[in-house]
Amino acid sequence: MTKVLNNKAWFFVLPVFAIVAFSAVLPLMTVVNYSVQDTFGNNQFFWNGIAWFQELLDPSTELGGRFFEALWRTLLFSAIILLIEVPLGIAVALAMPREGWTVALCLVLMALPLLIPWNVVGTIWQVFARGDIGLLGWVVNHLGIDYNYTGDPLDAWITIVVMDVWHWTSLVALLCYAGLKSIPDAYYQAARIDGASRWAIFRTIQLPKMRRVLLIAVLLRFMDSFMIYTEPFVLTGGGPGNATTFLSIDLVKLALGQFDLGKAAAMSLVYNLIILAICWVFYTVMTNVDAERERVEA
Amino acid sequence: MARIALDHLAHSYKISPQSPDEFALREINHRWDQGGAYALLGPSGCGKTTLLNIISGLVRPTRGRVRFDDLDVTDLPTEARNIAQVFQFPVVYDTMTVRENLAFPLKNRHVPRDRTAQRVEEIARLLDLTRVLDRKASNLTADMKQKISLGRGLVRPDVAAILFDEPLTVIDPHLKWQLRSTLKEIHRALDITMIYVTHDQTEALTFADKVVVMHDGAVVQTGTPDELFERPAHTFVGHFIGSPGMNILPCRVEGATAFIGNEVIALQRLYRTLADGERVELGIRPEFVRLGPKGSGLPVRVRRIDDIGRARIARVEMGERSLVASVPDGISIEGSEAALALDLRQVHIYANGHLVSGEPLGGYGA
Repeated sequence: MTKVLNNKAWFFVLPVFAIVAFSAVLPLMTVVNYSVQDTFGNNQFFWNGIAWFQELLDPSTELGGRFFEALWRTLLFSAIILLIEVPLGIAVALAMPREGWTVALCLVLMALPLLIPWNVVGTIWQVFARGDIGLLGWVVNHLGIDYNYTGDPLDAWITIVVMDVWHWTSLVALLCYAGLKSIPDAYYQAARIDGASRWAIFRTIQLPKMRRVLLIAVLLRFMDSFMIYTEPFVLTGGGPGNATTFLSIDLVKLALGQFDLGKAAAMSLVYNLIILAICWVFYTVMTNVDAERERVEA
Repeated sequence: MARIALDHLAHSYKISPQSPDEFALREINHRWDQGGAYALLGPSGCGKTTLLNIISGLVRPTRGRVRFDDLDVTDLPTEARNIAQVFQFPVVYDTMTVRENLAFPLKNRHVPRDRTAQRVEEIARLLDLTRVLDRKASNLTADMKQKISLGRGLVRPDVAAILFDEPLTVIDPHLKWQLRSTLKEIHRALDITMIYVTHDQTEALTFADKVVVMHDGAVVQTGTPDELFERPAHTFVGHFIGSPGMNILPCRVEGATAFIGNEVIALQRLYRTLADGERVELGIRPEFVRLGPKGSGLPVRVRRIDDIGRARIARVEMGERSLVASVPDGISIEGSEAALALDLRQVHIYANGHLVSGEPLGGYGA
């Protein structure tokens, strides 16, 4: 039997190439284009080589200085978010009921924050945390704690972190819950017969079985928190001062506020590469831990 | 080491069961002797697993008591009973090595390290797991994993009984036989009560000294494989055990004579008068029904003759009834007309499904 070569399948793939070209590749190329040019308005562009990149990556320059400040701020924010939301999400998932009508109730309640538009979330917390009319701000102030998220950088950070935890912990919890639900009953029964404690069951059955969903949860929460824009922009606008100016906010200030297209384009590309690199590291580390341990033992 | 007794045990998954239909397990009284190899045989959904889970303490029975020797364990949690259970799908702790898996039950019970290590080595040798002891349990084949599950049960020195819940379901056919022999060897070596749940009669009959047949939430017969074959106490047992199953024919019985349609069969036992309302049936295994040429017995029409390897079996029709008969070597049937000869010693009479024991006639079989 001779194998018939048929390349018609390419025609089915072509539309995808076309869409990806227009939606991703072309816009990205315009950014690359801007990043190597300078403009003085009037649509006049001048070749600038890699000067923007050099300036951006040199902390002693004005551009590099603000870039690295925003970068460390964003990394710190993502780290705090992961450290709080992942353990909290796991704890919530473990506490959720397994069966009965309360399951549906829990799922709906948990999904609610995820369904709210991001700028609405920002607005809700902006009002909620105000010292004069916001329930939270008013109560905290009347408890004798001096709290003002528009004036105090620490207060602003706490407010944004709490807001993000409120908004996104459900996602982690729902993913973990799905992971937990997929564990066959026999595992729990075997663990009971083996006399395993609650902690041992968590360590030896639940956590390993949640690995995959946790990987997804960590990746999603990292990417989202590292790219966070809308909520802090609505809540604090990046202030007080630059205390909550994360990379994305800084980028918008640079591109649309100051209209420094070249610098902003260079910053976008570096920002993008950082996200890709960190996600790659997370992914590789989390998928390889098992394989490596096996290799060492073999 | 213990004798396990089930006393008026019944279970329903409903909170307040009303009718007997709502019971997954109808009332059961049973005793499992220390050191026995038992099989719990029945079709899916007959309550086998429920019964097993009650013994191990994973399910608390609605009614009745479970006793290990003289100790009432009905209210004791699983971990407080000296019972091990192996499940249908192999359960191993993925992140641990085989050695850690085997040591896990002992670690949880705070057995000293050196005792644990020694015990793990012993059990690994018994199960032929020594060479994989330091491998990750998650990367092994299903039969290895099932051995690890079993090993986690055996490793506890105090274990009184091991319960198997269809443990060979996910094992490759050629390894099933091997694993089953391993189980038999361990049973002989360790003097542990084993209760083996299965819906596969071959597995049950080859594994067990005693088979408990369950049907519809109740135990219908307990006996050795031979007893189940030769004297099924219930038409279900006759039908379920043996391949092909027993022929069950509706009939009328008067004294020592059975009437099937227009045919008359002289029985070897005298039966009490069976009431009109009772469903009376005659049962005989295909092995004891021989096909012969026309005129040599009960007239039948042959539908098909199948060669099943060690024997030939015929599917025949007697009046409206379908039967299966064995075809003796050297017999060839021309056309579809033939006759059946019954081995009358192997004929059983059932009323409403249950075996009716008759009085022996004239000294035979007494």
